[in-house]
Amino acid sequence: MTSSTNLTSPHGAALAATEDIQGRSLWQDALRRLLANRAALASLVVLVVIALACFILPSFLPWTYEQIDWDRMEANPPSIETGHYLGTDTLGRDLLARVLFGGQVSMTVGILATFVALLIGVSVGAVAGFLGGRVDQLLMRFVDLMYTIPLTFFVIILMVLFGRNFILMFLAIGCIEWLTMARIVRGQTLTLKNKEFIEAARASGGSTLSIIARHIVPNVLGVVIVYVTLTIPQVILIESFLSFLGLGIQEPMTSWGMLISEGAAEMETTPRALLVPALLMTTTLFCFNFLGDGLRDALDPKDR
Amino acid sequence: MLSFVARRLLIAIPTLWAIITVCFFLMRLAPGGPFDGEAPVPPEILANLRAAYNLDQPIGLQYLNYMADLLRGDFGPSFKYKDFTVNELIAQGFVVSAQNGLSAIILAIIIGIPFGILAALRQNSVVDYTVSGLSMTGIVVPGFVMAPILILIFAIGLKDTPFQLPAGTWEGGALKHRILPVFCLSLIYIAYLARITRASMIEALRQNYVLTARAKGLPFRQVVMRHALKTAMMPVVTFLGPGIAFLLTGSMVFETIFQLPGIGRYFVQGALNRDYTLVMGVTILSASLIILMNIVVDVVYGLLDPRVRYE
Repeated sequence: MTSSTNLTSPHGAALAATEDIQGRSLWQDALRRLLANRAALASLVVLVVIALACFILPSFLPWTYEQIDWDRMEANPPSIETGHYLGTDTLGRDLLARVLFGGQVSMTVGILATFVALLIGVSVGAVAGFLGGRVDQLLMRFVDLMYTIPLTFFVIILMVLFGRNFILMFLAIGCIEWLTMARIVRGQTLTLKNKEFIEAARASGGSTLSIIARHIVPNVLGVVIVYVTLTIPQVILIESFLSFLGLGIQEPMTSWGMLISEGAAEMETTPRALLVPALLMTTTLFCFNFLGDGLRDALDPKDR
Repeated sequence: MLSFVARRLLIAIPTLWAIITVCFFLMRLAPGGPFDGEAPVPPEILANLRAAYNLDQPIGLQYLNYMADLLRGDFGPSFKYKDFTVNELIAQGFVVSAQNGLSAIILAIIIGIPFGILAALRQNSVVDYTVSGLSMTGIVVPGFVMAPILILIFAIGLKDTPFQLPAGTWEGGALKHRILPVFCLSLIYIAYLARITRASMIEALRQNYVLTARAKGLPFRQVVMRHALKTAMMPVVTFLGPGIAFLLTGSMVFETIFQLPGIGRYFVQGALNRDYTLVMGVTILSASLIILMNIVVDVVYGLLDPRVRYE
């Protein structure tokens, strides 16, 4: 806008404005709408702060999550001198360090499982929608079938039988969370596949696989991003639920669900052991949901 | 409609069979077994135990035996609760879970749906924002956070006041001991029902036939209750169907927190103890109920919306 500052006549200003007009991509448009949504923006900021705190802050704390303070082998009140800024749990472990580490685990499981769900869901949805016909029938009937099965039961059975390990956990949760993603992506693909640019890609000799990868998938990304933001909190919930029941993450590792479970056991004496992880987890879930809603408003073509 | 139901039930059989089979082999393939507790059992005794429960037979034969028993309605003996069959355990537990679940559903419908309608009728008012905000909270705050906090308030904080509600004891299910668990159980359903009802009611009120009904001069109340509500209930029914199945089969979280002797807790205990037959039994029961409720939902759809055809 530097050129327009010394132009004063209305005609000149209009001229300058036309010079400055730049094309805005759909993504820039969406970003502007997202930034205008205060709840979503605030949620994003809070999420970034929580994530940074969980992943970076622990290395600056005087205590680690599994270190026992042998001088204080019971629940201790918060204190600056001892370095337990939020006190300790009943075993003398630093509460702040544990809550932050638990957040690390919960968020990592949330993101990895969602990524697994994303991979399966997008591939199945795009292939079913694009190929159509018998493949579509087969894949979608399978999805329908999976919907009628209580899948959390399977995750629990898997976790108990094959050891409660981290990798199995996010793989298993990812494998049950892809269904809705597949349905959404299929629906989008169905509307996309008759568009001219797909026809053009076909005419210029693109193979089915490359059309799906280069033209279909990038165009469903908007919807997928919205759904990813809404899946992460769901996964965090499932993980916490499992850990709460003693079926998830194992000691000395911890997660928000496990901390809440431990906190609930000693809430009569030290309510903060329950309230701190509960508050942090609930805030995170809230923010993901608000962000997801905001992204939906920003990216959903229906509301334009 | 009858043939529709019959066809759906027929499809349900292979689905159920697949669930049972996958479950069965998963459990048998896994390392470890129900009898490796803290104290190692001498090999001779272990061999006897395994023989007593037919675990020494080839896995294919075990599977056939299990399926044959199932067809006769026999879930087999529990591996951990000695002297009990899984049928007995499930029968006891299901009564408790279903009673609580049913109360919770009724509570959720009584509270959730009217508030959803109210919020939809007064869209963007204080009422609407309050209902939406509260239901968002109910959905986001997980039950295992809500329950301990409510216990902290009602069981511990209000101790020795008339508002104190006991938690963590069952005592044969006295009414006072049920209030807190049932309320906790219904919270998330209240929240979802209010949210779904609000959204679908707003949508329904925009439809042409609602406009027609109002143009005919019908009182607004009648338009809402008789015309809009019927279509607005469709998403609610979709949600309630599986929801009822889940509620009836008990909540793992709340039954563990409040120590209710329901099947949700049996499942968690069974899974932790590797009580194969018990876990299988609860899974089969839940899966059948969910499949059944999904069929019911599809039937109700047709009753609510004349445009839906049973194909």
